[in-house]
Amino acid sequence: MKRRELEERVARFLMLLSALLVLGSLFALLAIVVVKGVSALSISMITQTPAGGYYFGKGGGILNAIIGSIYLAGGATVLAFLISLPTALYLNEYAANSRIANAVRLCLDVLWGIPSIVYGAFAFTIMLYLSARASLLWGIITVTLFVFPIMTRAMDEAVKIVPQRLKEGAFALGSTRLETATRVVVRQAMPGILTAILLGFGRGIGDAASVLFTAGYTDSIPRSLFEPVATLPLAVFFQLTSPVPQVQQRAYASAIILLVLVLLASLASRISTRKLFRYVVS
Amino acid sequence: MWIVSAFSIALTLIIASDLIMKSAPILTTQAAIELLTTSVWNPPRGEFGLYPFIVGTFVVTGLTLLLACPVCILTAVYLAEYAPRRVRGIVKPAVDVLAGIPSVIFGLWGVLFVVPLIRTYAALLLGIDITGYSVLAGAVVLAIMVSPILISISEEVIRAVPLQLREASVALGATNWQTTKHVVLRKSLPGVFAAVVLAFGRAFGETMAVLMVVGNVPQVPHSILDPAYPIPALIANEYGEMLSIPYYESALLFSALILLVVISVFNIIARIILGKLEVRSF
Repeated sequence: MKRRELEERVARFLMLLSALLVLGSLFALLAIVVVKGVSALSISMITQTPAGGYYFGKGGGILNAIIGSIYLAGGATVLAFLISLPTALYLNEYAANSRIANAVRLCLDVLWGIPSIVYGAFAFTIMLYLSARASLLWGIITVTLFVFPIMTRAMDEAVKIVPQRLKEGAFALGSTRLETATRVVVRQAMPGILTAILLGFGRGIGDAASVLFTAGYTDSIPRSLFEPVATLPLAVFFQLTSPVPQVQQRAYASAIILLVLVLLASLASRISTRKLFRYVVS
Repeated sequence: MWIVSAFSIALTLIIASDLIMKSAPILTTQAAIELLTTSVWNPPRGEFGLYPFIVGTFVVTGLTLLLACPVCILTAVYLAEYAPRRVRGIVKPAVDVLAGIPSVIFGLWGVLFVVPLIRTYAALLLGIDITGYSVLAGAVVLAIMVSPILISISEEVIRAVPLQLREASVALGATNWQTTKHVVLRKSLPGVFAAVVLAFGRAFGETMAVLMVVGNVPQVPHSILDPAYPIPALIANEYGEMLSIPYYESALLFSALILLVVISVFNIIARIILGKLEVRSF
C-alpha cells in the first residue's frame, strides 16, 4: 500500500517538474533575448534603413529587413492561401475519402515534413536552371512552397469538422456544391481558416533557411519583385556573426522585433478567431 | 480545384526528381555507399565523404530526443491526466507560443545562454577548455524547439484514450499513476511513438538554430562536448557559393536528398500510426 502511494507522489512530482521545466525554458528564452536586446532597441532601429558604416556600429536601423520580411511573408501567405483553400475544400467537399484525396494528403504530409533548407536548395536549383537571380519574387515562391503544406493541413482540419447537416441544409435549398463550399463551409470554418493563414504567416516570417539562397540580402527596401530583399531572421543571423559589439547588440534587438511580429500574428489569430466564432453555427 | 490539389502531388514529385537528377552526377563517379561511409570532406580535391555529417545529424537528433522525450511525455501526461483546468490554461498557450518562435531566436538563445553555460561548466567540472559550441548545445536548443510538437501530439493521443478504460482500472483499486502507467500510456503508446517520430523529423531537418550553436566542424563527434556538422548546416553554409568546383553541388544536393528520404520515411510512418488512431494531427 505504501509503495504505490510513494510511486504516485514521485510520478506527480516528476510531472510537475517537467511542466515547470517547459514553462521555464520558454521564460528563459524570452527573458534572455529581451534583456540582452532591449538596450540596443531604439526608434531608429525600426524607422531607418542601414546608414553608411552601419555594420561597423554607426547609425541606421533595420527597416529594410522589417519591411522585407513583411513583403516576403505577406506575399507568400497570399499565394499559399490561393493554393491551400481550394485544396482543403477539394479534399473535403469534392473528393472526400477518394483515392486521389488520400494521395494528396500523403503528399501534403511529405511536403509538411521537408525541412525549409531543402526547399531553399530546391528553389535554387530551379533558379540556376532559369538563370534567375535572388529576388523578392523567388523568396516569395520558396516561402510559399514551404508554408502552403502547413497552411493546407491546418485548413483541412478546420474544414473537416464542418457538420454534415449544415451542408445538407444548403443542398436541400438547391445550392450547388461550389455554392455550399464557398458560402456555407468556408463561413463555418472561417475561424480555423484564419488561424491557418496566420499560422502560415508566422512560419513564413520566421524562416531563414528557405530564403538564404533565394531572396538575397540588401540594405534598401525593394521597389520591385525582382530586387533582392532583406529579412529579419537573416538580419539577426548576419549581425550576430559580426565582430563589432554594437552590431551584435543590434542582432539581439532585431530578434526582439522579430519576436514581437510573430507574437502579434499569434495574438491577432487568437483575437480574430474569437470574434469570428460569432458567425459560426454551433 | 482539382488542378490546385494536384499541385501538391506534382510538387512532391518535382522536388524528389529534381534532387535525384542533381545528385546523379556524383553517383556516377562514386558509389552511394562509398560517399556515405568515407570521412574526408575536401571538395576542391573531389573528396566528398558524407559520413561525419550523417553521424553528426543522427547524434544531435538522438541526443535531442533523449533530452526532450522524458520531459515532454511527462508534461503531456500531466496536462492530459492530472493538471487542473487553470494550469492547463497557462501551459497550453505557452506551448503554442513556443511553437511559433522562429528558429533563429532559438539559435540566438543558444549562443547567448546554452553555449556559455556549457563552456563554463566544462571548465569547472571537467577542467577542459572548450568553446561550448557542441553536440550538446545543439541538442539542448533542439530539445526545446521540438517540445511543442511532442507535447501537443502526445497530449492529444493520451486524451483520446476512452474514459471507460480509466474507470475500469480505478474501479479495480489502482491509483491514478498506476492507471496512467498500465492503462493510459500502454493504450496510447503507438501515438506517443508517432509524436516522437515526428519530432525526430523536425530535429533532423532543423537548420538555423543548429547551425548557430553546433560548431560546424566536419568531423565525427566522439563526445557530446565535441562540435559536429549536421547535414542541414552543411547545405546552408556551403550551398550557393562554390558551384564552380565539379560535383560540389551534386554532393550537397545528394545530402539534401538523404534528408528528404529519411524525413519522409519517418513522417509517413508517423502519419500512418496517427491515421489509424484517428487523432487530429498537425
